[in-house]
Order: sequence, then structure tokens, then C-alpha cells
Amino acid sequence: MQRAEMIKAKILELMQNKTVDRAIGWKRGEFFYDNSPAVFETPEELEDFVYDSFCGANLSKYLVKEAKKDGKVLVCIKPCDSYSLNQLLTEHRVDRSKIYVLGIGCDGMLDIELIRAKGIKGITAVKDDGETLTVDTVYGERTLPRSEAILGRCTVCKGGKHVIFDELVCADEEKEARGDRFEKVSELEAMTDDERFAFWRSELSKCIRCNACRNACPACTCEKCVFDNDASGYASKANSDTFEENMFHIIRAFHVAGRCTDCGECSRVCPEKIPLHLLNRKFIKDINELYGEYQAGETDNGRSPVTNFTKTDAEPSVIYERGGKN
Amino acid sequence: MLKISLSKLDSLFELIGSEKTLYLPIEKAGQVQFYQYEKGAKVRLDALQTVKSPKDLFFPQSECYARFQVKQNNISIEAIAPCDDKFVIFGVRACDAKSFELLDRVFLSEPVDAMYRSRRENGVVVTLSCNEPEETCFCKALGIDAAAPAGDVSAAIVGDELMMEARTEKGKELCEKLAALLTEADSKDIEAYENNKKAITEIINKLPYSDLDMSAFENANELEMFKSDKWEELSEACLGCGTCTFVCPTCQCYDIRDFDTGSGVTRFRCWDSCMYSEFTQAAGHNPRTTQMERFRQRFMHKLVYFPKNNDGEYSCVGCGRCLKKCPVSLNIVKVIKGLGGNK
Amino acid sequence: MQIEKKEFKPLIVAFCCNWCSYAGADLAGSGRMSYPAEVKIIRVPCSCRVNPAFILRAFQRGADGVILCGCHPGDCHYSTGNYYARRRMTLLFGMLDYLGIEKERTRVEWVSAAEGAKFASVMNDFVSKIVSLGENKRLEDLRCKEQK
Repeated sequence: MQRAEMIKAKILELMQNKTVDRAIGWKRGEFFYDNSPAVFETPEELEDFVYDSFCGANLSKYLVKEAKKDGKVLVCIKPCDSYSLNQLLTEHRVDRSKIYVLGIGCDGMLDIELIRAKGIKGITAVKDDGETLTVDTVYGERTLPRSEAILGRCTVCKGGKHVIFDELVCADEEKEARGDRFEKVSELEAMTDDERFAFWRSELSKCIRCNACRNACPACTCEKCVFDNDASGYASKANSDTFEENMFHIIRAFHVAGRCTDCGECSRVCPEKIPLHLLNRKFIKDINELYGEYQAGETDNGRSPVTNFTKTDAEPSVIYERGGKN
Repeated sequence: MLKISLSKLDSLFELIGSEKTLYLPIEKAGQVQFYQYEKGAKVRLDALQTVKSPKDLFFPQSECYARFQVKQNNISIEAIAPCDDKFVIFGVRACDAKSFELLDRVFLSEPVDAMYRSRRENGVVVTLSCNEPEETCFCKALGIDAAAPAGDVSAAIVGDELMMEARTEKGKELCEKLAALLTEADSKDIEAYENNKKAITEIINKLPYSDLDMSAFENANELEMFKSDKWEELSEACLGCGTCTFVCPTCQCYDIRDFDTGSGVTRFRCWDSCMYSEFTQAAGHNPRTTQMERFRQRFMHKLVYFPKNNDGEYSCVGCGRCLKKCPVSLNIVKVIKGLGGNK
Repeated sequence: MQIEKKEFKPLIVAFCCNWCSYAGADLAGSGRMSYPAEVKIIRVPCSCRVNPAFILRAFQRGADGVILCGCHPGDCHYSTGNYYARRRMTLLFGMLDYLGIEKERTRVEWVSAAEGAKFASVMNDFVSKIVSLGENKRLEDLRCKEQK
């Protein structure tokens, strides 16, 4: 709570001394968990500012639109969001001089869906003591360990460092990275291709083609997506054949390969909870292993490994040797 | 009223499944949807909601209309006949059952949609009352009673019994076919059933949105609401994805598209979403250029235009799916509160 | 009466760059070297013209195997095109394998304008591989199959 107040005070100060004209943050929702991204223009509007464990949304993509408007816009950036923002700057999608980056700390976000998945219904409040969550519901009180309700993407963390900021508030730069993000990818790679096929069919067949993964993705900033182009022959919104599901997700993952910072928005927003980040992480893992470690968004002038070839690159036949079991 | 012990549900499903195609809330890959029943499936009657609503079974997300085949200089056309599969959907909640009535108003009024009508006539809806409604439910505010759902047969889980009551001819027919497994409920059972109903009503009254004030939308001034300066603020976080429209039980917009198979064309219809930028694209022009306009259209349709043309019925059943699934937590309740002026 | 079991005839799409591999195929033809008629060649200006969507679209329209042929690395008519293609295809094929799609269905070969014999032997080898794998089932579009 205190953290939100400090951030709010800082934004207010920057608004009042005319450093910034607007601020992008999160606005309190109807419940305690449904905070929405919002643009604050006046100190009165800022009353509704909130920052707690249910502010998972990555705000950097809103800058593509907001930074085109007049004036300077402040944006609240969590450590992992800072990579996405840096990548947008790398690609010149956002004008650096139009934004003010307020780096804020993060203890890992919570996922209300994971709490619900425990069979907890009618949730009205959650108390968080850092270890245990006490959930108030219309059916009485329930408790669960905090670690079981952590947002999927926060189970692995790049650490507390902001790779870009103008100013930091309550940021814990010393926080170390944790988790092995390639664990599940390696597990899948070790399966037979029948098993892998079965796994992805069961996951991808849930896809309802809502495009939430694409629209939330900070790397998906094409003016017009190929899947929205009628002339391209893709059925962008129809789950009319299993092929279309494969096609959409392969092409989408490929188009962000080398630019994906692994922020995890795609999996967070998926209404069907398809682990889409596993597609992106496969590309990241392959890039790291074949072409050297690369973290998209680490600097604001990185060159995507997909275009940064060398003359001694591995041949495509390398996948016959290193690919998974048959 | 009829009853069956919960422990015998599997044989009930087997029996229904042997006669007709049976759809149930089934969990696959961690998510509950209406899937066709098969032995050993993970049936989840306890799940309040499926991710996609059961409207999918009457109005599928995509459905083929016709095929055109080109052979030398001839084009042959094969029209796809409406689906005549007889099926039962079991475990539909009160809100979703109401959504079928709203869809009927659209698809069964002239010109009647033959594909939809055929599925509607061939489908038997068995509803299930909600023993554990959630905080996101606001069916009460829209005049729906989660304890007394509509449908051809209404069912309720009371203790370790499933109580069933036929409400239509189709429902009676189904119950007769199941007679071997069902027994008549006695007065004690009926009392328990009534008590269960009361308990549900009590919980519903405790839910935060049950007293959601819809008065601002009764006889709303269309133009005034359209021009409201709230829309900008309400829609500013919208990503323009189609999640809300695709999980919504009452959204009914669709697109008709041609798919080039290389040797012919498949004409199909698929759900469309007014949230998509190309939804209004026509003849090179797009009248709705901003996400605010698209967002406004969706809610004006649900809360103002639809009721105006349909005896005051809102095109929302309070299921709360959009509250749970929007990636940035925008939803119809925030709109109702924002526009209605109550906070 | 016994129904004769039809022999599986695969459909192979070969994307060939204009400057080397297409000329290599030409040389194979004029040199009367045989390679299977199931191979359908699509000429592209450079191997890097091939977008991952092309490969997938070929499978969608019924291909059982897709092969991309370009100039040898270092010999690209546009200097560096095939280096781009090499990285792209390596990543794409890795992804297809990851999704459980048989990795032998896709291949990249470098064939120069002088290598007519190599072109023929590559195609013979690839087609026999696909024949042993059988029909493409994992990356098929039923709508296209229905109308074949």
C-alpha cells in the first residue's frame, strides 16, 4: 500500500512541476483484483491510481499510441516491462523524448485465476502477508500459500533491475533473477514427437482466435497484422481448422522471434490459458544455443539475431541432430 | 419432479449418450468447455462456467455454408444442409439458458436462419441451477433467477441427488427415455429442493453486483448516451482483442468469408467481433476508425439498441465471463456503472 | 473383389532460387538426369524471399514435404540473401519439430547452377524420405483435403 502512495506522490510531483503532462498507470477496479491500465491527466484522476499485486498488465505497449500525442507522458514500468519498452525504443516505435520512465519495484504479481482454480469461489478480498494469502469469499474464509497464486510469468523472474528508467521509485535493483525459464521447453524437447504433437494439439485446439495474445504483445506492433488482411487468405478470427491454429501461433511466434523479451503477456491474457510463452521461449532457447546468448530489450540498440547472421552459422540440418526424440 | 443419485450420473450420461449426442461441461487441458461426452471424460458439473458459452452449440464459431469446386470450365456448387444431429446439452446455467432466448430473437425472426433453427429444434437443453454463484455474477440485476433456470429440463444438485423437472414437450420426451434411471421425488426431496433454492437466493442477494442499477438504460436517450464523454475514459485501456465478444453468450455478429482451398472455395461463416478494426471495413472505407468507437458500439448495442428493438431486453445475461476474461479488466459492469452515474 | 491399394504418391514443393538452384534444376533436365515428377518447383528470386508462411501454406495446400534450395553460402546473387534464409529456416524447422511435426518433412539444400546432378540426387533422396514418412497428417488442412 505504502508503495502505491509513494509512486502516486512522485507522479503528482512530476505533474505539478510540469515535467510530465500525463501518466500511464493502473486504475482501481470494481473488485480488488480487476485493476485496468489508465491514463491520468489531472491530480483528481490520480486519486484512483493503484499499484498492488494485481497490476500484471505491461504498460509499455500503450506508449506506441500515447507517445504520439502532444506533451510528455510518464509511464510506470516494472523491471520486466522495461525490457519491452527498450525493445520498442530499439525499433523506433516510441519516441524517447516524449516519455518519462518511472521505474517501480515489483514483488511478483498474483493471478486471480489461479486462486479460482483452487476451487475458491465468490472471492471478495485477499489479505497478503507475503507468505500466505487469506481469501475472503461469500462462502467463508480460505487460505493458500502465496507461491501457488503467483502469476505464471513471475515464477521465473529476470530480477529487479530496470534496463531503462528516468527515475526509480521503491525499486529493488538488488533483487536477483530466479527460476529456469527453459525448464518446460527442455522437458518438451525431450519428449517423442508424438508426445509433443499431442501436447500442442490439446493446448492449441483450445484457441478461440480472440487475438488477445497478439493485441497485448508489446512486440506485436505492426500497423496492420497479416492476419487482419483479408487478401492474405488467412481466416483471422475463425477457428475453422486445426491448421489455422498452428499457422497463427507459429507465424506469430516467428514474427516476434529475436524481438520477444519474454515478458509473458501472451500467456497472461490468454482466456484459455494456453502456455503461449513456451513457443517464444523455444525460439529464445534456440537462438541462445545456436547464435549466442541474446536478451531482447537489454539495450536500446540490440540487433535481432534473426537478421544478424554470420558466415559460419549452423546449417538448418542441425535440427536433425539436436532436435528432440523421434 | 424426478431424481437420481449423483453416484449414478455416469449411467445417466451413458444412457443419454446412447440416444443422442451429449454435450457436458468437460475439463480438457485445464479448461472447462462443453465437449461431447465420452466414457472417462472429466465431467465438471461443479464448474460455474465454461470459458466459451454454450451458444457455440447452436451458433458455432465457424460453420460451412457451401463448397464451390472448379473442374476444367465447370463450377459445381454444393450447399451444406443444416445440421440434423439430435443432441442434448446438459448443465447449462440460468444465464446461458436465457442467452438462447436472446439469440432466438435474432436468428429466428424473419429472415429465419435455417442453420440456427435446425440446431435449436434438434437440441434439448438441460439446465442446472447454480449452487455456488460467484462475485462476478449479476444475473439478478437482469431479471434472471439462478435458482430457477429455464430450458427444456431444469435440474438442480441437492445434497447427493440430482433433481430434474421437465418444462417442455422436448424435455418430457427426454425424461421419459430416462425413466428407468429416474425415480419420483417424494415430499421430503421437494422440501430439500425448495430449501436449496432459498439458500441460492440468499447467496445471490449477498453478491456485490446483484443490486446493480440498470435504471439509466431504461428509456435511455440514445443520442445523449452516444455522445457521453465517459466513453473515452471507459475505453482507453481496450486492446481491441475479441475476448469479450468470443466468450459472451449473447454476442451474435458474424462474418461470411470464402476460403480458397487451392482447387475450390469453401464459404463459411464465423463469429466476428465489433472490437476488431476491420469489423466495419466495407468497400475500402471504415466508418469506425478508433477503438473508442468500437467499444462504444459494443455496449450501446447491448444496453441501448438491442433493448429498443426487443421489448426492453438487454443483450446481456450477467454471466460475468467478460469480467473474468478481459486481459485489462474492462467489462460491462464498469460501463453500466460509469454511464449510469453510480459508483 | 479386392480393392487395389493405391501407392502413396507424395506432393513435394521445392522453392528454388532463380540464380542457382533453378538453373541447377534446368541443368538436371537438359542433362537428362531423372528426378521424381512429384517435385513441384516454385521459382523465387532468392532463397531469402521464402517467408515461413510460404512453407506452411505449401503444407496447407497438401504438400507432404517442402524443400528450399538456394545458392551456396557465400555465392548468393544478392551477396547475403541465403544467410538470412539459413537462420530463418533453422529457427522455423526447430519450431516445427517442437510442435511435433516430423522434422524430415522440411529441408534446406544449397544447389549451384552447375550442380544438376546434385539437384537430381537431392530430390531423389528427399522424395524417398517423404515416401517412407507417408502422408502429411500433422500439418494438414482438412478443408483443402476434402476438395482435392
